[in-house]
Amino acid sequence: MKGNEAIAHAAIRCGADGFFGYPITPQSEIIETLALLKPWETTGMVVLQAESEVASINMLYGGAGAGKRVLTTSSSPGVALMQEGIAYMAGAELPGVIVNVQRGGPGLGTIQPSQADYFQATRGGGNGDYNVIVLAPNSVQEMADFVDLAFELAFRYRNPAMILSDGVIGQMMEKVVLPPIKPRRTEEQIKKECPWATFGRTADRKPNIITSLELKPEVMEQRNLAMQAKYQKIKDHEVRYEMLRCEDADYVIVAFGSAARIAEKAIEIAREEGIKVGLFRPITLWPFPEKQLTELAKKVKGMLVAEINAGQMIEDVKLAVNGAVPVEHFGRLGGIVPEPQEIVENLKKMM
Amino acid sequence: MNEDIISPENLVYEKPKLMNDTPMHYCAGCSHGVVHKLVAEVIEEMGMEEKTVGVCPVGCAVFAYRYLDIDWQEAAHGRAPAVATAIKRLWPDRLVFTYQGDGDLACIGTCETIHALNRGENIPIIFINNAIYGMTGGQMAPTTLIGQKTATCPYGRDSKIHGYPLKITELAAQLDGTCYVTRQSVETVAAIRQTKKAIRKAFEASMHGKGSSLVEVVSTCNSGWKMSPVKANEWLEEHMLEFYHKGDLKDTTGL
Amino acid sequence: MSKIKGAIVVNTDRCKGCGLCIAACPKQAIAMADKKVNVSGYPYVEPSIQADACTGCKSCAIVCPDGCITVYRKKVEE
Repeated sequence: MKGNEAIAHAAIRCGADGFFGYPITPQSEIIETLALLKPWETTGMVVLQAESEVASINMLYGGAGAGKRVLTTSSSPGVALMQEGIAYMAGAELPGVIVNVQRGGPGLGTIQPSQADYFQATRGGGNGDYNVIVLAPNSVQEMADFVDLAFELAFRYRNPAMILSDGVIGQMMEKVVLPPIKPRRTEEQIKKECPWATFGRTADRKPNIITSLELKPEVMEQRNLAMQAKYQKIKDHEVRYEMLRCEDADYVIVAFGSAARIAEKAIEIAREEGIKVGLFRPITLWPFPEKQLTELAKKVKGMLVAEINAGQMIEDVKLAVNGAVPVEHFGRLGGIVPEPQEIVENLKKMM
Repeated sequence: MNEDIISPENLVYEKPKLMNDTPMHYCAGCSHGVVHKLVAEVIEEMGMEEKTVGVCPVGCAVFAYRYLDIDWQEAAHGRAPAVATAIKRLWPDRLVFTYQGDGDLACIGTCETIHALNRGENIPIIFINNAIYGMTGGQMAPTTLIGQKTATCPYGRDSKIHGYPLKITELAAQLDGTCYVTRQSVETVAAIRQTKKAIRKAFEASMHGKGSSLVEVVSTCNSGWKMSPVKANEWLEEHMLEFYHKGDLKDTTGL
Repeated sequence: MSKIKGAIVVNTDRCKGCGLCIAACPKQAIAMADKKVNVSGYPYVEPSIQADACTGCKSCAIVCPDGCITVYRKKVEE
């Protein structure tokens, strides 16, 4: 099935309570698949086509604030519209899952694939000091697997989690093993797991308030510091990455998502030509596998960051490598997906 | 003499229990407090204290959650109907309402308001229309009257420059998703009693799955209008109610 | 002959002195406290010198935006 369809199936199977979204290419198959599957008749999951991405993300805020497992999906311009709501969710410390099947920008851009929302996803994207947990799938299988993972992380840390995919992975068809079926949580379970959630104040507790607002600067600073401490905890525990053929490598290609798939092929070609090259694939883009890259930089002669953008993740790679070895970038723009051969040629340039 | 009367068995009116003792940040004489009390009274009378979620706006009522001891969510500016949509759909047996001002509901959140109402979400929307932006210091609202002076139309609202005041309640009455659309006010005891009945009907309608309701409450902002609270009530009757006609615009609830 | 008598208790710390209750009272039974302010610096209301005229009609309490007024009512024999 398609990557987009896998997201829809996985959401139902992992016990999601609600989907709120607005159609946009190249990810409309997600809401279309959900509409076809009618989960409200089976698991009771709510599926609602909202009036805009702005409404979708605020529905996510409402649903998450009420303790439910809710997700929304969109593509780049739509996710740009959602940034206000994502910042509010981060500020109110709400768990929720946002899927971005990226397309080229800026502005209306193109409907073709891109990875140009890396900065937007990993730097917060909206106003204020915050981070969103960002997972980058490189296969249809990971599209399916990361839905539940994103929910687990989101609820563990009370923080929005994003699956940063792109038009290649969303539209690509592959075999996939769908995740096991998890029932939706009962009211009792939600009460236990989310004592902060708002679904009616019972006599045994004070009212729960979901808000990101605080006018006293001292209190607001404390809230921010607590969030920063939480982000540090996420950095310490949730870094995910994959290394391929790095053991004997002189050079490493650093790539995520669909670019990592292309880089795998580039590595095969380069190895056939006798170039010892490996792949480092960050799976969490935030938290970024900084330490692992710092270590790897001690063993190689250089790194090529291959992205489908003008050079975004390269900044994080350079920060991690900190000048130890040369770090170069190669990318294509405007919705063009790079060929493996192009990556190999650029690798040779830096040798 | 009074000591004989002031005794629990003679009690006929007190602040609703859901309204806590936190002093409200509203200016002296602000209509918000009156409507807050009515909302609290209706929730108590319906016995829904433990099953209610309120959604408050950005604007003067941004801190509504401090005053009524129910669960609350603070929405982004204008997005309360979207927030409430999700809560209600995911917790259908809860009473979920929004409380919004004119800037929040009829300007920045027009899209969310119209679509939530048109989908027939089972949420009542309480709409405080005081024809001005109170929280930011008295700027023009979408509902500011023609000729009315505010900080951003200091020479009076001029339709050629600023367009016309928006009668969003009339608009809501045209939507198939709404079951109850009404315009009330809170400047007199009689008006307050009527408004309470309207809020009760809207809340009941949502719990009976009748669709969405909009209760506009024509209100005063004496600070923004630069008048005494008593004078503001008079001005409301003379000017606001002349343009914003009171009464039920639609009622298909059968309640 | 029996008569309805009322009495009010004002939470003067919570009162902001907006005066809406004074305008709403049909018996002038409530008035601003003379040259006094409460803990928050607001002038406040209290039962007036005509407090005896109170019938416990609740008007003052209903219009009070801050929920400061509690009302009691009793049938008394004259």
